Amino acid sequence: MSLLEVSGLHVWFEPPHAAEVHAVQGVSFALDAGERFGLVGESGCGKTTTVLALMGLLPPNASAAGEVLIDGQNILAGGEDSVQAYRWKDVAMVFQGAMNALNPVKKVGWQIAEPMAFHGVAQGAAARKRAGELLEMVGIPAAAGDRYPHEFSGGMRQRAAIAMALACEPKILLADEPTTALDVMVQAQILELLTGLARDLGLALVLVTHDLPVVAQVCERAAVMYAGEIVEAGPTEALYHNPRHPYTRLLFAATPDLYGRDAVISIPGAPPRLDGEITGCPFRPRCDVPLDRCRDEDPELRLVEAGHRAACHRNDLVGAS
Amino acid sequence: MSGNEQAPGPATVSAAGMTGPQPPLLEVADLVTHYQVRRGVTERLIRAPQQWVHAVDGVSFRLARGEMVALVGESGCGKTTTAQTILGMVKPTSGAVRLNGTDIARLSERQLRPLRRTVQMIYQDPYESLDPRFRVRESVEEPMLVHGIGGSRAEREAKTVDVLERVGLSPARMYLDRFPHELSGGQRQRVAIAAALVLGPGLLLADEPVSMLDVSVRAGVLSLLDTLRRDGDMGILMITHDLSTAARFADRIAVMYLGRIVEHGPSAEVVRNPQHPYTKALLSVVPKRDPRERAAPQILTGETPNPISVPSGCRFHPRCPVAEERCRREDPQLRLPAGATSPAHQAACLLV
Repeated sequence: MSLLEVSGLHVWFEPPHAAEVHAVQGVSFALDAGERFGLVGESGCGKTTTVLALMGLLPPNASAAGEVLIDGQNILAGGEDSVQAYRWKDVAMVFQGAMNALNPVKKVGWQIAEPMAFHGVAQGAAARKRAGELLEMVGIPAAAGDRYPHEFSGGMRQRAAIAMALACEPKILLADEPTTALDVMVQAQILELLTGLARDLGLALVLVTHDLPVVAQVCERAAVMYAGEIVEAGPTEALYHNPRHPYTRLLFAATPDLYGRDAVISIPGAPPRLDGEITGCPFRPRCDVPLDRCRDEDPELRLVEAGHRAACHRNDLVGAS
Repeated sequence: MSGNEQAPGPATVSAAGMTGPQPPLLEVADLVTHYQVRRGVTERLIRAPQQWVHAVDGVSFRLARGEMVALVGESGCGKTTTAQTILGMVKPTSGAVRLNGTDIARLSERQLRPLRRTVQMIYQDPYESLDPRFRVRESVEEPMLVHGIGGSRAEREAKTVDVLERVGLSPARMYLDRFPHELSGGQRQRVAIAAALVLGPGLLLADEPVSMLDVSVRAGVLSLLDTLRRDGDMGILMITHDLSTAARFADRIAVMYLGRIVEHGPSAEVVRNPQHPYTKALLSVVPKRDPRERAAPQILTGETPNPISVPSGCRFHPRCPVAEERCRREDPQLRLPAGATSPAHQAACLLV
């Protein structure tokens, strides 16, 4: 049994006066303690919605179905009450804009101690002491807990947000674009911190990003999402050196590399709308190697080699030849 | 092309200019832009000394027609202030910004206006730079109306169609009456580029032109800029924090730190043979696509110091991994480093 098992997760939004939007369509993945897993894709692919569902933080007009097992317990089963027992305690999250995650009128130390009291982890002086320790752990002097978020730089705020997420000793840390707004050097510092925390605390890390090189740098395994589905998942090395879905291959080719000599390409077209029925493979209109059957049959995500899954009809051909 | 007389001349003139003594499209010479720090009542009463933000502190470079130069650095390094000064939005404290030989820092607002057409800017976020209530045609026609050019309504529309085709929104008639919310991010940025091109600028400033866009459409917008400068006889100054993009698309890279250019040279030379310790550190932390290339990043501690109190000597010395005693005292100037493999390579470090 894995620490976190997501199977057949569906999330759909019901906007007023509009068709349902199927943001996440049957996403499954699992990870163990200490593992670093990347969830990659472009805007609107469902990666953020997936992790918000794991946190039970979907907006009121969204519904989720499927299973999210933490140590074998389905946290989706009992509605908001059951999620509240897990949220921050077993699974915690770091958000994209650290300034928005922190309350501007409360001292940073207080904000880190608050969830501890809520979940009965620590109270009063003990909570404050632990808040100081957490700050030290993420590389901020404990005394800085007496300061307000606006007195922190962008990098320090993101560190404080990470300390806050760690307050109740979660087993799983979800990080949604944790470095997108940061400078490269600060990004490197935060990525190093997250990698170290996963290693030292045995945290399972889910890193959500649009930035393939960041995933390549940090994660052992990753899943590529497109139009609400995982289209390829496997070790990051396999995704780069042996991609089995055209979208993965094209995404890497669209990403400039510092020393790359090959031309940087763009992928024509745009992802499909998710408020209607999609027949066939959702990537077919943008695919550079489509087959006739891709028009009608949506390829299933299946094993292409050990630990490596892809949803592309081309893999059947490879197997057959 | 009526009303284009004051824009940088037709291709034939500048082609001749390559051999003649024609001044460069853009010459930034020892540019200094300092901002006054606002003092509160208390500070004034106790006569606290006036403080200055040294946003740009002695920057020099040139940009020719057809060239793309990337200004690379972290936030607070002065790259955006440099661009704002070139645009004439900020008056420099000292130094010169010469456009086709004319120093814009010495011009009045009225004299500046026609010159503004020759320098156009593309912003980072096409979701904010386009007016959501404007149809594409209005966004593109607006600059012509502001500058009183473009002729009749029909002529303006013809120009709009022409420029939309140039930025790859084809067939243009299909896009004319759309609103920004009906376009993808990449298409919006193309509209913003069209609105900049319609004035026939000689110099385009692109401030992080693709960082808000999805990975799959970035290359398309960057290739468009690449084509425009090659075919359009235009110079492009790209401001970015993304060294991979700069390395791929720019001819030259200038790395800025705390208001100065600390390294400057042909892109391949700067990326493959960096000389300044700051450039080396920056390059080492750029994530690579290949997980097998996970290099040991050389992570500098802390963040860029406050540009109000710039360190003595070399401004990088407090964070420099190889700093020596003299780096605290001597302020290094840009010069050809001993390890350079290109004569156009410059670095501001006492130790190279």
